[in-house]
Amino acid sequence: MHAVIAFSALPLFLGALLSDWAYSRSYEIQWTNFASWLIAAGLVLAGLALLWGTVDVLRSRAMRQHRGVAYLLLLLATVVIGFVNALVHARDGWAAMPMGLILSVVVLLLVAAASAVGLARLPGRTA
Amino acid sequence: MTPRSRRIAGSLAAVAVLGATLSLVVAQTGPTSEQHGANPQLPPPERGLLPNMRIAEPAGWGDRRPAVPQGWTIQAIATDLAIPRQTLVLPNGDILVAEGKGGGAPVLRPKDYIAGLIKAKGTTPVKSGNRLTLLRDADGDGTYEGRWVFAENLNAPYGLALIGDKLYVANQDALVRLDYAAGQTRATGAPVTVAKLPSAINHHWTKALAADAEGRFLYVGIGSNSNIGERGLAVEENRALVWQVDASSGAVRPFATGLRNPTALAFEPGSGQLWAVVNERDELGPDLVPDYLTSVREGAFYGWPYAYWGSNVDSRVQPQNDNKVRTTVRPDYALQSHSAPLGLSFVQPGLAAPFSEGAFVGMHGSWNRDQPVGYKVIFVPFTNGRPSGPPVDFVTGFQADGKTMGRPVGVTVDPKGALIVADDLSNTVWRVTPAR
Repeated sequence: MHAVIAFSALPLFLGALLSDWAYSRSYEIQWTNFASWLIAAGLVLAGLALLWGTVDVLRSRAMRQHRGVAYLLLLLATVVIGFVNALVHARDGWAAMPMGLILSVVVLLLVAAASAVGLARLPGRTA
Repeated sequence: MTPRSRRIAGSLAAVAVLGATLSLVVAQTGPTSEQHGANPQLPPPERGLLPNMRIAEPAGWGDRRPAVPQGWTIQAIATDLAIPRQTLVLPNGDILVAEGKGGGAPVLRPKDYIAGLIKAKGTTPVKSGNRLTLLRDADGDGTYEGRWVFAENLNAPYGLALIGDKLYVANQDALVRLDYAAGQTRATGAPVTVAKLPSAINHHWTKALAADAEGRFLYVGIGSNSNIGERGLAVEENRALVWQVDASSGAVRPFATGLRNPTALAFEPGSGQLWAVVNERDELGPDLVPDYLTSVREGAFYGWPYAYWGSNVDSRVQPQNDNKVRTTVRPDYALQSHSAPLGLSFVQPGLAAPFSEGAFVGMHGSWNRDQPVGYKVIFVPFTNGRPSGPPVDFVTGFQADGKTMGRPVGVTVDPKGALIVADDLSNTVWRVTPAR
């Protein structure tokens, strides 16, 4: 179940990346506002999945054997770098660029990897 | 380290959702040398992941009082006001106090929400008075025993000016006019709108006001709608400038532009020149960008948002505007970055040296800095109508032991030889007089 939540953060981080790209092309400030909120929402979902997944791994030996740790580490990296990205996006105007765009790419890749690893375990262990 | 030396390194984006602010403890460092004058040191811009934020906790004055120079005394002449900002001394010696708080710009980003919560810790919880209070010392003993509500149901009144028998009040959305006769304690009749003022969003809501000596024109200071254009430049039309308003017709026109937040305007009595104090932009480091005191020249562009202190480009604004950067005028006199000057009043000829020529400046105090600055009233000496030396501390002691007891806003020279200081944290009006 938490892998599904992690996966649901992916479109939010994807939206943030597209918004960043739009801002970098158009200088239209509303795009970077969109990105800020999408990152915040993505962090809520990723954070929730991380919390739930941690409890799950601690409680279940089966989880630890099914790449659960790799999944958790990827999720942790998503949340940490996602948080840094949120702080970068809190800078005013163009000060969020280009670092915000770069971090948005990194966070999207991380959440995609976490989702892939997490969801790959699903058939063996129905959530 | 004590709990008092706690530094709120606050904030931002995702924390909003997690509902927490970061607090971390750092050691106090020594005082820094203050920026001032025509050629301030400008370090390169810097901005870490978190902006520096330090909000000193409010505390009551108790037995404490602000400190004044030897030979002067200070006294609270009115307390329990509802956010006093600017004051006006009327010809008969009565004092009008504008009380209120405006703004309420919408939250655009998670950051706005968090930063708002943190900054609110450093302000009064009292509700905006939206009124003018009149104070009177009938017997001249220095105690203002008379107190009346002169006008109410105003909209965050700030700037005040008297031309003859007309009292002008700059609300956050309009310049209005009331009839005034000497000795009056209550306005007769409803305020008449002279001119609408730009008020959409109102990120910087204060509307400073000054009238020229002839009473022909009023000048209104209108702040920007953002720190540095992060709400988009479309909402900055008719913002960050000084308007000239024809007192009789209400016609308006931009007088000078690029002034990020001109929070107080005053005429230098010798030259008749208009001066302003301006709050410059944040989040470029503790000593950038200096706030300033400047003569306001007709048609001049002072930089915001494209440039600061002359042609130093602010790269946070894209696309840039090289033409605007080239035409940026340098202000006359830097004040310490982030000290937040909100009050300006020139001395009348006749005050004793060293205060015989110059201007008092009320500094509300910083948030975007580890080491607090401002939180005092300074005196900038002038010679022949121009600033002529380093500023002198005049009223200090608004902070002690990591607590903040008061925050100076408007300052007004009383022709009787006193300085009136509005304090919007302790909701007090102070009067500084030479000791007898």
